[in-house]
Amino acid sequence: MTQPLLTLSGISKSFPGVRALHDVSLELYPGQVTALIGENGAGKSTLVKILTGIYQPDEGSITVKGEAVSLPTAHAAFGRGITAIHQETVLFDELTVAENVFLGHAPRTRFGLIDWGRMRAEAASLLQSMGAGIDPDVKLKELGIAKKHLVGLARALSIDADIVIMDEPTAALSQKEIEDLYVLVELLKQDGKAILFISHKFDEIYRIADRFTVFRDGEMVGKGMIAETAQDAIVRMMVGRSVDHIYPKTQAQIGETVLTVEGLSHPTEFADISFELKRGEILGFYGLVGAGRTEVMQALFGITRPSAGRITVEGREVAPKSAADAIEAGIVYVPEERGRQGVVIGLPIFQNVSLPSLRRTSGNGVLRLAEEFRLARTYTERLDLRASSLSQDVGTLSGGNQQKVVIAKWLATNPRVIILDEPTKGIDIGSKAAVHAFMSELVGQGLCVIMVSSELPEVMGMSDRIVVMREGRIAGIFDNKGLDPVTLVETAAGIRSQAA
Amino acid sequence: MIRFFKQREVMLLAIIAIIVALVTTRSSGFGTPRNLAAVFNDTAVLAMLACGQLLVILTRSIDLSVAANLALTGMIAAMINAAMPGVPVEVLIVGCVVVGGLLGAFNGVLVWKLNIPPIVVTLGTLTIYRGAVFLVSGGTWVNAVDMSDRFKELTRLVFLGLPMLSWFAIVVIALFVLLMARTSLGRSFYAAGINPTAATYAGIDVGKTKFIAFTISGMVAGLAGYLWVSRYVIASVDVARGLELQVVAACVIGGVSIAGGIGTVGGAVLGALFLGVINNALPVIGVSPFWQMAISGAAIITAVIFNARGERKRGRIILKSAEAA
Repeated sequence: MTQPLLTLSGISKSFPGVRALHDVSLELYPGQVTALIGENGAGKSTLVKILTGIYQPDEGSITVKGEAVSLPTAHAAFGRGITAIHQETVLFDELTVAENVFLGHAPRTRFGLIDWGRMRAEAASLLQSMGAGIDPDVKLKELGIAKKHLVGLARALSIDADIVIMDEPTAALSQKEIEDLYVLVELLKQDGKAILFISHKFDEIYRIADRFTVFRDGEMVGKGMIAETAQDAIVRMMVGRSVDHIYPKTQAQIGETVLTVEGLSHPTEFADISFELKRGEILGFYGLVGAGRTEVMQALFGITRPSAGRITVEGREVAPKSAADAIEAGIVYVPEERGRQGVVIGLPIFQNVSLPSLRRTSGNGVLRLAEEFRLARTYTERLDLRASSLSQDVGTLSGGNQQKVVIAKWLATNPRVIILDEPTKGIDIGSKAAVHAFMSELVGQGLCVIMVSSELPEVMGMSDRIVVMREGRIAGIFDNKGLDPVTLVETAAGIRSQAA
Repeated sequence: MIRFFKQREVMLLAIIAIIVALVTTRSSGFGTPRNLAAVFNDTAVLAMLACGQLLVILTRSIDLSVAANLALTGMIAAMINAAMPGVPVEVLIVGCVVVGGLLGAFNGVLVWKLNIPPIVVTLGTLTIYRGAVFLVSGGTWVNAVDMSDRFKELTRLVFLGLPMLSWFAIVVIALFVLLMARTSLGRSFYAAGINPTAATYAGIDVGKTKFIAFTISGMVAGLAGYLWVSRYVIASVDVARGLELQVVAACVIGGVSIAGGIGTVGGAVLGALFLGVINNALPVIGVSPFWQMAISGAAIITAVIFNARGERKRGRIILKSAEAA
């Protein structure tokens, strides 16, 4: 049996409040593709960052070609022949292809200056050998995403990397481009490179991977040869006991239909989206990143314009042309990144809370500060916000309290439907529990909630029903009673089409 | 109490008072109410324009066309007055506000609908408007002899000890204070500037907010067009050339963040007064005009350094711990 080119053993890494990796191991073999499989939050990105020298493991050892190494910097990882091609290419749009390929290790002349002629020639021959017809002199921004990936690969080859990490390389590619990428991966294999291939898509894992390693909740839960393992066995490893978490889901009284969406379509992002939402219900939206869930929600909220379809709120048809229209119609959207899209740092708390409700708290465009204060006090007290004064700059609050301000501001608009996009992404476990408890409270008060989430336990733990989206379409709608998580994962990944 | 003095406006006011006091020790006439009123009258146009510019800068934009707008509307008003002295001056003033507003709205539409960077748009319209002054006037001047008496007097009439020009400025400033403190539109300038994404999600149309800012800035410039021509009794292609930079400087000195979202009417007005006091004080104590420029420049840079330090202390962004996932 061949020796692994790279071995990780006993790797652990913690961040304040979060254990990202615990005692994981991984082997990469020359001339083989190892697929790294796991849910969002399983620790894959952390592992990649450790391999590329961006994070330092708290414990554990890294062995490259039989030699124990440490990778204190990205440069050190480079030096050991490890390179990563990321989901979003980390290249430079304004530089030429050749410059991108050789940035940081360009061939030099005798005088230590960059040897442009040699750089161009080497880049051209490299791209040629990959069968990629890319002119090394064009600027990177003129290339499509697939060709940018090829440039990333060329860069990997130019530094003579032995270990190539591909982090969801096909996420943004078309089918044809994916086929071309497979050919390249074959080439790399024949060259004896060890490849770590991170993907959510089972069809491609079974197509190109030789081995697999499964992570779940920061632990390594299984590994083996792809050819000897059935798909649903891998899915079961991924999902595991992760649904056993205790969620504060209380069954609310399910009432009449509040929101109806029929045939909602967009020219490029999604098509034929139809679903219903009832009073007191939490509707989970599950799917892979890029499945079009956020885009659908933004259309409901008037940020993007759908090309067809009907939206009905409490029997009234609405066609929100702006966020203001949607708020008026009783739909609010709490976006994913609350730092960027949530609070307005620099404005006091009460002004943040009243911002979307200014139409109601002001008369003919004239502000009524007393009214704004009353509104802010009502909702921040309900959420138990800790602040010395409502006139305090929202930026001086802790993250959890800022989150409360965001929620208060949306509740203050007196909505019918609340859309929460990845409500617990990147927050610690305690805050997560608080957000979940709050969702239960919301539906208990007769609101209805759409929760977009990529975290399977959260979706399974909080939803009454679950809509699974895949490639811009609804792949299935499931009742969350006795639902097997495997079904969800397989539907989202396109292994199974809904028969239920 | 300490908080009160740490406020930027109070600090700026104190600095202005110190400068006035220092200059008065050298030239006793400078600190008299009468002279200070004259300095304010001198700064009235700048202060008004700074208020308009404040709105634009708050929304992360800049309006470099204000001085050209002023010159063009001033020229149009002067020519109508010269050709048809019977048209009431009040009508001319309203006309100036409307024309100025249209010129500002043109900037606003380009920024809003075509998404062109404001500095490029207004650099372009600065040249266009300035060129248009030449086109409408044929390169000639409108002089005092061509203007009606009422046209020339309206800014000079004294009411409660102050010339009408000052009263115009006071009313405009008061309207701006109301706009910013008491209307939802005023609030949206801040929200759109500090965090455009959050503002969009809260139902504020950020593009439209910029459009309104440019339109208001243009309206003020239009009004200033009449006031300027009436005060200096001349309309020509070169009127107020370069004034736009002083307007931006007044805002910056007054603590308006060029990155948008931060600034007050009081700050912008005090910034203008600071420049006015410097410009009036230095000749009195015999400093050459070239030193005046250097001192104004130094004041701008000092102000920016203060702003940068002030902003750094503001709040804290929630650290993204998503990387841990």
